Amino acid sequence: MNEKLSIKEIRERLSDKTGRDYWRSLDELAETEAFRDFMDKEFPRQAAPLEGSWHRRDVLKLLGASLALAGLGACARPVLPHEKIVPYVQAPEEMIPGRPLFFATAALHGGYAEGVLAESHQGRPTKLEGNPDHPASLGATHALTQASVLSLYDPDRSDTVLEGGQVRSWEQLTALVSAAVENLDQGRGLRLLTETVTSPTLARQISDLLARFPEAVWHQYDTSHGDSAVAGARMAFGRDIATSYHFDQADVILSLDADFTYSGPGRLRHAKDFASRRRVRTADDGMNRLYQVETFPTTTGSLADHRIPLTPAGVVALAAAVAQGLGVDAPTAALPAGIDQVWLDALLEDLNAHQGSSLVIAGHEQPAAVHALAHAMNEALGNVGRTVRYHQPVEARPEDHGASLRDLAQAMNDGSVEVLVTIGGNPVFTAPADVAFGAALDSVSLSVHLGHYLDETGTRSSWHAPLVHELEAWSDARSSDGTTTIMQPLIAPLFGGRSAHELLAVLLGDDASGYDIVRSYWRGRVEGDFDDFWRRTVYRGTVAGSEAAGEEPSLQPFAIDIPEETDLQAVFRLDPSIGDGRHANNGWLQELPNPFTKLTWDNVALLSPTTAEQLGVANEDLLTLSAGGRDVEAPVWVQPGQAVGTVVLNLGYGRTHAGRIGSGLGFDAYALRSGGEPWSTAVAAQPARGRFKLADTQTHHALDGTGERRHIVRSGSLVAFQNEPAKPHFAHPVEEHESNLYPDYVYESYAWGKVIDMTVCTGCNACVAACQAENNIPIVGKDQVRIGREMHWIRVDSYYKGDIDNPEFFSMPMACQQCEQAPCEPVCPVGATVHDHEGLNAMVYNRCVGTRYCSNNCPYKVRRFNFLQYAELGTNATELSLANNPDVTVRSRGVMEKCTYCTQRIAQARITSNNEGRTIRDGEVVTACQAACPTDAIVFGDINDPNSVVTQTKTSAINYTVLDELNTVPRTSYLAKVTNPNPRLVAPVEVDS
Amino acid sequence: MAVVSGKAETHRVIAPGETAGSIDDAVLNPVLAGPLRTPTWWWIGFSIAMAFLSLYLVSIVVLISTGTGVWGNNVPVGWGMPIINFVWWIGIGHAGTLISAILLLFRQPWRTSINRFAEAMTIFAVVCAGLYPILHLGRPWVFYWLAPYPNTMGLFPQFRSPLDWDLFAIATYGSVSVLFWFIGLIPDMATLRDRARSRFQKILYGTLCLGWNNSARAWQRYQRAYLLLAALSFPLVLSVHSTIALDFAVAQVPGWNNTVYPPYFVAGAVFAGFAMVLILAIPLRRGFGLQKLITRRHLDNAAKLMLATGLIVLYGYVVEAFMGWYSGVEFETYFIFNRIFGADHWWAFWLLIACNGVAIQPLWFRRVRQNPLALFVIALIVSVGMWLERFVIIVVSLTKDFLLSSWDDYVSTVWDWSLYLGSLGLFFVLFFLFIRLLPAIATSEMKELAHHDTLHGSDDDFEEIRQRYHGEEVGS
Repeated sequence: MNEKLSIKEIRERLSDKTGRDYWRSLDELAETEAFRDFMDKEFPRQAAPLEGSWHRRDVLKLLGASLALAGLGACARPVLPHEKIVPYVQAPEEMIPGRPLFFATAALHGGYAEGVLAESHQGRPTKLEGNPDHPASLGATHALTQASVLSLYDPDRSDTVLEGGQVRSWEQLTALVSAAVENLDQGRGLRLLTETVTSPTLARQISDLLARFPEAVWHQYDTSHGDSAVAGARMAFGRDIATSYHFDQADVILSLDADFTYSGPGRLRHAKDFASRRRVRTADDGMNRLYQVETFPTTTGSLADHRIPLTPAGVVALAAAVAQGLGVDAPTAALPAGIDQVWLDALLEDLNAHQGSSLVIAGHEQPAAVHALAHAMNEALGNVGRTVRYHQPVEARPEDHGASLRDLAQAMNDGSVEVLVTIGGNPVFTAPADVAFGAALDSVSLSVHLGHYLDETGTRSSWHAPLVHELEAWSDARSSDGTTTIMQPLIAPLFGGRSAHELLAVLLGDDASGYDIVRSYWRGRVEGDFDDFWRRTVYRGTVAGSEAAGEEPSLQPFAIDIPEETDLQAVFRLDPSIGDGRHANNGWLQELPNPFTKLTWDNVALLSPTTAEQLGVANEDLLTLSAGGRDVEAPVWVQPGQAVGTVVLNLGYGRTHAGRIGSGLGFDAYALRSGGEPWSTAVAAQPARGRFKLADTQTHHALDGTGERRHIVRSGSLVAFQNEPAKPHFAHPVEEHESNLYPDYVYESYAWGKVIDMTVCTGCNACVAACQAENNIPIVGKDQVRIGREMHWIRVDSYYKGDIDNPEFFSMPMACQQCEQAPCEPVCPVGATVHDHEGLNAMVYNRCVGTRYCSNNCPYKVRRFNFLQYAELGTNATELSLANNPDVTVRSRGVMEKCTYCTQRIAQARITSNNEGRTIRDGEVVTACQAACPTDAIVFGDINDPNSVVTQTKTSAINYTVLDELNTVPRTSYLAKVTNPNPRLVAPVEVDS
Repeated sequence: MAVVSGKAETHRVIAPGETAGSIDDAVLNPVLAGPLRTPTWWWIGFSIAMAFLSLYLVSIVVLISTGTGVWGNNVPVGWGMPIINFVWWIGIGHAGTLISAILLLFRQPWRTSINRFAEAMTIFAVVCAGLYPILHLGRPWVFYWLAPYPNTMGLFPQFRSPLDWDLFAIATYGSVSVLFWFIGLIPDMATLRDRARSRFQKILYGTLCLGWNNSARAWQRYQRAYLLLAALSFPLVLSVHSTIALDFAVAQVPGWNNTVYPPYFVAGAVFAGFAMVLILAIPLRRGFGLQKLITRRHLDNAAKLMLATGLIVLYGYVVEAFMGWYSGVEFETYFIFNRIFGADHWWAFWLLIACNGVAIQPLWFRRVRQNPLALFVIALIVSVGMWLERFVIIVVSLTKDFLLSSWDDYVSTVWDWSLYLGSLGLFFVLFFLFIRLLPAIATSEMKELAHHDTLHGSDDDFEEIRQRYHGEEVGS
């Protein structure tokens, strides 16, 4: 204790504290005897109260003194770390502040790569675009890819190594794991569980591991894996063969419950190729024809020329019948309900007439038998080598993932697993219920989980470590045709994660970085200058010549069983938005309306209208479903066009450890799912008490009555178009009159316009997700969606027409129509929405006072209002706001917003073209929705340029504008949906119900 | 107090035997009475109104701190309860000026005893109405952007928008109404000054009467100014609600886009306004014992106007439905079908017809027109009906417009209702303060009437003769 504390010493004492600390710690400071002595000596009267009770006036005085002393404290130089920051005296090459850079990498779906170009703003990835040079993207992206940027910044991602909930370091983990593995005899008891591996580097590391520890076992499990495709190929060819489909060569397609444009490897390419044979501009254009049998309406099925809803057993029976009709040795099966002989004969005739240009594809979730039959049918139709290409498997080790996981669980239960290393995935949640993976996991003494989130598996494993996001690490991956992409990181790991390569390196007794691991793998495989190869390959996003080698397998005889029909069959599907549950904490995906149901934030038990009637339930009623001694309670949603006697359950919901967004939503459909019947099983249903409120973004109305008379969606057959090539009645049902009181405004520079081709729009939501990512569109949450306040600038409207059990489907992307005579503009009292000289209906956020009159007067209801502070702003912002596009304003509460035709992209193109002294080229401005669209259904450009694609497209006889009688003159027009039904089946096929 | 409540009902515009002194006593004594002599019913009513005013303030704080999202508005229903209530209040604020200005110009002596509080009612209703469009904005703190004012940004309002016309219509109507009301108050203020019992009253009324000296010149100037203002107000009565109607008529929403709206809205406003006059006058005459001044004749005339305007409104409903069907436009035919028979909101339409169409039919009968209780009940029903009319026009039309995909429902929230009840609180607080602090009846005009009546007899005598002739009970 210092007897004499001078002012100098006190000042020194104070200077150790920051101003804020000082306020809090005055008492503490005053309590020291030295301070009291000092006060006594220098300010005797002030010191007294410190010992006794406090009086109001004294407190006030002291507050004043505190303020003065705080000022003194501020005079001291703050103790700051001495670090040097370096400005860009010599800026990094290519880096122009304010201009994004694009880096080629890949997004992984089910382990398969889809090439992307990641947009990076000063080192911050904000958006993914498709890589046009990548064969599995061709420039398009899936909705899930668009949303993956949000997952990158998800503040709920795991950020620490944990041992039973206690924070540990990565070094502690590696030391422990290395020691544990070294102690095993030849690796006996070491198990590695990964998801589908296509990465050549990772495959090499795993084979090195297995070589080093011969007794170790590698398991794979991914719910989305095509187990039956693998099994089907083995059945048909006796070995592992992978198939690539070439829809651009196919005129007649039979899809056996295959949602080939939306899910499974190669989906984007399928969509693009399929659409390329289907685009109709004039009556002379040809079209392919799609026969689709499926359990419930899928995006692909909505485009079908002939779509029949069939139960899972019905699909197998039909596959057998068609195969038999094509001369394949298949058992005779009764035609399933919904298919008659006329339909079958017409299909067979059509297929036979297109030998070599037809295609039969079996759905991902179909049993192996259907895959084998599809192979046999393609062989019989001479499609092999034309529309169907066989090649070596892309996966490092194709196998039945369900069986692999079951073996692992068995071994764990037997106690023969000492160390389990799980890389990615969440098997505790996604494993079939009868595998009881979680319980088995508890018996393993050392289980390490490397995952994005501290999820169900992470919390149940003894150790958990954060896994890097795809955009944070070096890796490589192959696409469905084998093309390899070297994936480069866009940003250093935000949450300190490690990649799978780094964890495997640890098991291999190495501590190499991901970069070195990937590079060293490729170094050994390149002839010539490696750095040159590396630069070119990483830049381009594909490894040249890496497609899988072709195969010419020969069919071998196989036998199949046709399953029995049941009263009620549960059909499991990955959720179209959140997949197997891995994207559950992604708000964009939670709020992405499911195709056709338009439901957000929940999963449901989808029933056909007939089945719902039989069970006596309606939308939002609860239903208890039981199978295999387990039951779940699920809210009902009635889906027109679903097969009678089926209940479709989306997996992925019912998460308990997803994060703040995804936990506790929906019900866990995995509970009903058994390893033996992963995609379909017989269930019993019983109406339960109570109701469950669901949030859908569109109330559902059939296109009859007033719906039909409004001519919102227009459609007709190719034959009808050919009969009236100049002005088909179906596209122009009402006589149009040009009547304007005033002369039209003349647009002298550009005039932006858009066409949406409804013939190829699948309603896959890629545009919705891309728009959300591009334009900083906030999510609003389930409650706000329920009361009609979702913010999507572009939505996909769904309409049905015809028979409720098997209607026609229409998807109509609807965004601001950019009317030339916009009803929103004259009603705004402050001129916050105005027309610009290029014909854009511009929205001035800063000027908007929020009367909402514009929204009322918008006949398309595409304007969105910030009823509350939806966007993250100011101090409330989380890491998620890092995903914002810096070129687009973040809107605050109380203002209106809407589609701008991606005006920021137009502005960018204008600047570039002005700098180069030229006009903007056609195709230079690509809107976010257009860029993402897998079927190129959206065309955008300058309608003042007579040669632009958009102008050419608008000259089509089936081009129309929605609500044209209102004379709003929208800049966005639509091409009527054209279908190409088999002339022999022109009378619609009736469904027996 | 000259008249005791419940006594001496008459159907003249003023009871016989009223003198200048008796009128002053009846009207001004309650105003000049000391605070302790304020009637209990006033304190009870004022306290309840204050409670609702507090609710209003709480609702506004919640609204501004949280956002428009506390209400039930959504897309497609961008305007919900706040605009319904806004139009409802504006409608109520109509009868005052109509009574004061138009009836003055048409020399209708019966207006005299009810014009003062009807004008006050108008002003308070305009206050309640005028706050709604501001609170309704997504960003209420920048409401002044609707006004043309010079600014460095060089920005001006967009004058094609009916919302901007609204701003001017309401501001003009509000300011002219206040001016008209105040001018009318001046002679009464002077009487109050002369009868003042406390220093506070002397200063207050002495200031407000602007040095009135009761000279012939003052009277001449005063009456000229009053007449001029009346002439100025006349078109405003028609213009305000026509402008509000244009908010809807200009838009292209089916159910809004109707050329009949301006006249039909004005009729509806007068209808609602007279209903509110009755709702206020019937308790007021009883509470302050003013039956000799606000006589059955007044109730009868107000009821007749209600009946007439109510029938115009009913005609409007019929024309709307006919036009919807006759247009042959799918959107219009569907809209009218949905309004009348649609599964979601048919009840609102039929309830509206019941309130505004059926409930007023008893007014054909004199016995009903002169029965204060029956009139009070009918007036309340009409007020509900006029609220429903705005609900049907605004919400039901917006829920189902052009694209089927964007149809959605509207559910109001507790904050919608609290703001509405709160605005009623604001209205009644102002009204209670008015009847306590200012003469609720224009005494100067009443004295003129009494003077005329005493010296020259009344037109009303004719009525008595007629009744005797027909053998009816006199004064029934």
